[in-house]
Amino acid sequence: MTVDALAKGIVAGDRRALARGLSLVESGAAEGAALLDGVRARLGRARRIGVTGPPGAGKSSLVNALVREARAAGAEVAVLAVDPSSPFSGGALLGDRVRMSEHALDRGVFIRSQASRLAMGGLAATSHGMTDLLDAAGFDLVVVETVGVGQSELEIVRQADVTAIVLAPSMGDMVQAMKAGLVEAGDLVVVNKGDLPGAASCRDEIVAAFGMTAESGGAARADDVLLVSAATGDGVKELLARLRAIPDAVVAERRITADARRVDAAVVRALADLRLKPAAASLAATLTPAVRRGDVSLEEAVRTIVAAAVGSDREARRP
Amino acid sequence: MTRKIRVLVAKPGLDGHDRGAKVVAAALRDAGMEVVYTGLHQTPEMVVAAALQEDVDAIGLSVHSGAHLTLFRKVLALMKEKGLDDVLLTGGGIIPEKDRATLAAEGVGRLFGPGTPLKELAAYIAAETAVRRPR
Ligand code: B12
Ligand SMILES: Nc1nc2c(ncn2[C@@H]2O[C@H](COP(=O)(O)OP(=O)(O)O)[C@@H](O)[C@H]2O)c(=O)[nH]1
Ligand SMILES: [Mg+2]
Repeated sequence: MTVDALAKGIVAGDRRALARGLSLVESGAAEGAALLDGVRARLGRARRIGVTGPPGAGKSSLVNALVREARAAGAEVAVLAVDPSSPFSGGALLGDRVRMSEHALDRGVFIRSQASRLAMGGLAATSHGMTDLLDAAGFDLVVVETVGVGQSELEIVRQADVTAIVLAPSMGDMVQAMKAGLVEAGDLVVVNKGDLPGAASCRDEIVAAFGMTAESGGAARADDVLLVSAATGDGVKELLARLRAIPDAVVAERRITADARRVDAAVVRALADLRLKPAAASLAATLTPAVRRGDVSLEEAVRTIVAAAVGSDREARRP
Repeated sequence: MTRKIRVLVAKPGLDGHDRGAKVVAAALRDAGMEVVYTGLHQTPEMVVAAALQEDVDAIGLSVHSGAHLTLFRKVLALMKEKGLDDVLLTGGGIIPEKDRATLAAEGVGRLFGPGTPLKELAAYIAAETAVRRPR
């Protein structure tokens, strides 16, 4: 299928075309970029909801429950669920669907698993583009589940319109989450597994910690800490309502910031790629021993290599 | 610019023998593939719907219940219906040799029994998917 036909199919609701289009975008091939260009006019309709938190907190189960509530409210939903790639083999075991089986046959739900391919920050490098394509396909909500993150880097907060940080009632998780600043990063903190003993007190502790640490606005955030149970469904309806209640103006502002960051990240990637240009790479190879011997200073070597990297190919080849 | 081999591993039907499916899923990951695992109790309809959304190169069914003839046939028929023509259908579990031959004649790929070396499974899937859907 041509890119043009794919774009038409995706916009017309053809799920096979969407699935193939997502693979194109994921591959990083030029056709993927062309496809996104082709649907550019359709972007921006969907609300993008991020769900992140430590492994095992219940993100997938909660996404499943959120999808159920969204469907009950008449919304069509796409899910992008990211799991880590193995640093050893480059392969991945993508298991988030296991928790979402109940939606497998619902035409109003589309679930796609993605491997992180070792990108940092809890998402893959192409997750943003894939989210765009799901948006263009006409879903009302696009829910993105990140790799289980316990630490600082939280790419999803910068990409999504609104983000829920999911924690489970275990002291270890809580302490880690607080230390890493995870709790402050999102719009809502969700204490999941509310059906288990200790969940309510976990919520209270997080609220208390806010009160103690936040110089201002600590109290205001107390009701941003929700107690839910993906297992029983308790509190999930309210969670979805809160996630959808973020004002359009706030979303618009966040998208401007997200776009700016995205351009910046693309520039950084392009600059990094420049050092792979043959001229720069071979200079780097020859200059490294010279630097080691002390014949050339590090600074001078860097200047030479960068000049070869950013210069046009013709200039770079000049002796 | 890479499209890795994507494989859906599913346990259709009611049997709970999921050890084989999990071992195989992990082995395919270790062979560098991206493996979508759907878990237990999948109907053929669920398997094919997931395979379509995930745009996989291969569907692998793990069947120990004795219902393999029905399950593989149903999945194959649904794959045809949905236009998944370039997707490999393979699998394993407890499947007698003569049933494997019957299913192979109907268009199902190779099926593997207990004790098959994991490397052999990965090598077969890599070679067969490369023919069906070049990357
Ligand atoms: C362990 C086991 C169990 C465990 C299962 C644990 C689990 N979570 O998986 C328990 C104790 C729960 C169990 C229960 C039962 N079991 Co049992 N069980 C076995 C046993 C001993 C080993 C299975 C196993 O895990 N092997 C290890 C894995 C790695 O091997 P594998 O699954 O065969 O996978 C290999 C290949 O088949 C292939 N493969 C498998 N899946 C896939 C998928 C893909 C995509 C690919 C490419 C390849 C592939 O590659 C793998 C690597 O070589 C077998 C006997 C046997 N020797 O196979 C009986 C066996 C499967 N069980 C059997 C039976 C009858 C039962 C019960 C009904 C017994 C009962 N009467 O209570 C129950 C039913 C349970 C249920 N809910 O369905 C029978 C099935 C008979 C049949 N279908 O004709 C067997 C064959 C025993 C026998 N000889 O009678 N069982
Ligand atoms: N008791 C209880 N267990 C849950 C709940 N939500 C998830 N779990 C369990 O927690 C484990 C991890 O869930 P999963 O959704 O895969 O977590 P993820 O790794 O964050 O995506 C599974 O065993 C779930 O069954 C809940 O609300 N209550
Ligand atoms: Mg998960």
